[in-house]
Amino acid sequence: MSGFTDRAEAALADPILKIAVERTAGTAEAKRGIAIDAFPDFEAARSRAAAIKDHVIAHLGAYLEQFEANAIAAGAKVHWARTADEACAIVIAICKAEGAKSVARSKSMLGEEIGLPHALAEAGIGRVETDLAEHIIQLADERPSHIIWPAMHKTRDQVSALFKAKHRSPHQEETIAAMAESARRELRTQMLNADVGMSGANFLIADSGAVCTVTNEGNAELSLVPPRVHIVTAGIEKIVPSMPHAIHMLRMLARSATGAALTQYTTFYTGPKRAGDRDGPDAMHIVLVDNGRTKMREEGLAEMLRCIRCGACMNHCVVFRQIGGHAYGGTYPGPMGAVLTPVLDGLAPNRDLIHACTLNGKCQEVCPVRIPLPTLLKGWRDKSWREGLEPTSMRAGLGLWAWIATRPSLYRPVTTIAMRVMRLLGKKGWIASLPLAGGWTRHRDMPRPAAQTFMTQYKKARRP
Amino acid sequence: MTRTVALFVTCLVDLIRPRIGFAAIRALEAAGCDVVVPERQTCCGQPALNSGDRDHAAALAKQTIVALEPYEAIIVPSGSCAGTIRCHYPEIFEHDAHWLSRAQAVAGKTWEVMAYLDQVCGWKPKGVTLDAKATYHDSCSGLRELGIKAQPRRLLKAIDGLTFAPLAGEETCCGFGGAFCVKYPAISNAIVGEKADAIDATGADLLLAGDLGCLMNMAGKLHRRGSKVRAYHAIELIAGMGDGPAIGEEA
Repeated sequence: MSGFTDRAEAALADPILKIAVERTAGTAEAKRGIAIDAFPDFEAARSRAAAIKDHVIAHLGAYLEQFEANAIAAGAKVHWARTADEACAIVIAICKAEGAKSVARSKSMLGEEIGLPHALAEAGIGRVETDLAEHIIQLADERPSHIIWPAMHKTRDQVSALFKAKHRSPHQEETIAAMAESARRELRTQMLNADVGMSGANFLIADSGAVCTVTNEGNAELSLVPPRVHIVTAGIEKIVPSMPHAIHMLRMLARSATGAALTQYTTFYTGPKRAGDRDGPDAMHIVLVDNGRTKMREEGLAEMLRCIRCGACMNHCVVFRQIGGHAYGGTYPGPMGAVLTPVLDGLAPNRDLIHACTLNGKCQEVCPVRIPLPTLLKGWRDKSWREGLEPTSMRAGLGLWAWIATRPSLYRPVTTIAMRVMRLLGKKGWIASLPLAGGWTRHRDMPRPAAQTFMTQYKKARRP
Repeated sequence: MTRTVALFVTCLVDLIRPRIGFAAIRALEAAGCDVVVPERQTCCGQPALNSGDRDHAAALAKQTIVALEPYEAIIVPSGSCAGTIRCHYPEIFEHDAHWLSRAQAVAGKTWEVMAYLDQVCGWKPKGVTLDAKATYHDSCSGLRELGIKAQPRRLLKAIDGLTFAPLAGEETCCGFGGAFCVKYPAISNAIVGEKADAIDATGADLLLAGDLGCLMNMAGKLHRRGSKVRAYHAIELIAGMGDGPAIGEEA
């Protein structure tokens, strides 16, 4: 039993998790379907989005340099980090130089990827998560289970109990409005009093040096404008050439994620407070993080760099819908996570992720940037096989089967005998227990093979 | 004009349910085709390909290409096996110009049987009667790799007496996934359990689909649960063989 299998089976045994995942992902699936139907030629829009990303990824260096020059011209400081550790070290150094005691953080999966919450804790810097779902995760001391709904694994009742246990003046009424008010009371002063505001970036705009964030709660704006310093950590693949490109990607992102036409708040941050501005931070730092992305481009995973982190692949994944996000064990769950986690955390310990997929292709069908996720997963399977990471039993079994199957004159008698033996295990057309295929018969019956193979029957019928 | 077509039987149909192969022959002959069954065929190599075993996948692909390339069309009673030949054989040989051109030639004339009957032959079953209510599951590879959706429905609608109950989530994977269902039995079971719920909820007598792997998964689950729904490959009904034993029934 692997860690993944254990976690997946624990998830399957949790009926509340199933309800929670189904509620959120099911609603998202339905709303996305309506939004896409109402969109004129979504297929063409997907192709354009994929082309924009491919163009940027192919010319990444040039666009990053353009972004850097424009961000600096707007008054921001730009930092480059090759690894997660380098990125965290840069962020912590900025915080220390600013004498920061507290950080208000607007949800960022890149921050999770590089381990920023942990790095802040180690440095003794207080952190308040200001996205409502991240706030729930922070109170529960858990990790996000979905890239856009970090707390999707929790039901409203569970959140209510958590707020009552952890908030200073929790809600009295069991209504969503009262719970939201309780979170607002808890978070607002912390946001306004933070020394540093931190965010990721949904898009980096090369020709203006702007950083775009989208939220539905307005917490990014409230976390990033009042504090003295704004620190952005962003993956280098987040770049788009210009505002019209960003707008196209935003149309794809919101619809694919939640089915909404646009998020409630879409903000472009271009440098710190300028002379005459009424508010805004005194300093803006942008940390551009590679953390394996350049290597992905070189090693056949360039298409994965198109990803705009909408979550549609996981919302529509039959496996994710059964086991939720935590079972995957990495920062990113679902199909996109199964492709990315081996990059970030290594292939050998994450071999299950690349196999726990039926290759049904739904994720690719809904991906707004046409990432061929099943093909990329199969690419990982090829690599795992080449590198000898697949279990010996699997290699031996497939090898024997292929050895026979590539010899048709041997294959016929061998399969005829095998099917006869298999038939003996069944009665009345069905086999209830099959050695070597316990995974099948534990949960379902196996139809008994025919008395004679097609090839045998066919030859008899055609014999003159 | 008579077309000579080669039937690629597929290993599952050969070993588990030959009826599907004979149904394909019967329908193709009714549509005016001469059907031959090339001798040196076994498996298309999909299990190796999906497991990362590229060498064995390539060996089986070469054997299949050699067996099938003499014919003007290759007909397969499975969306996923047809998809392997049509979509993935050329990928296997992307760095081997000689085999790539042969793989592309075979890929270009390989058809899933119902798509071929509908799109190429323009044929419909005539005089086939079956009083039953059926529901249809769209197997994923056929649907997403080959665009098989309307073709089986058009053919099935020509059967007198057959009525249809739509399946909620008809395009949702049944949880088979080849080796997936034995590697991750608990997850697969949860998925096929929901599929069986949806099938039972239709009130249909028959479950139809175009891929034996998916059908074995769903039928096996339905049988374990004691459901009365009987499962057939759609081509069996189309060929007028819907009155015979369903999957898991003895003749």
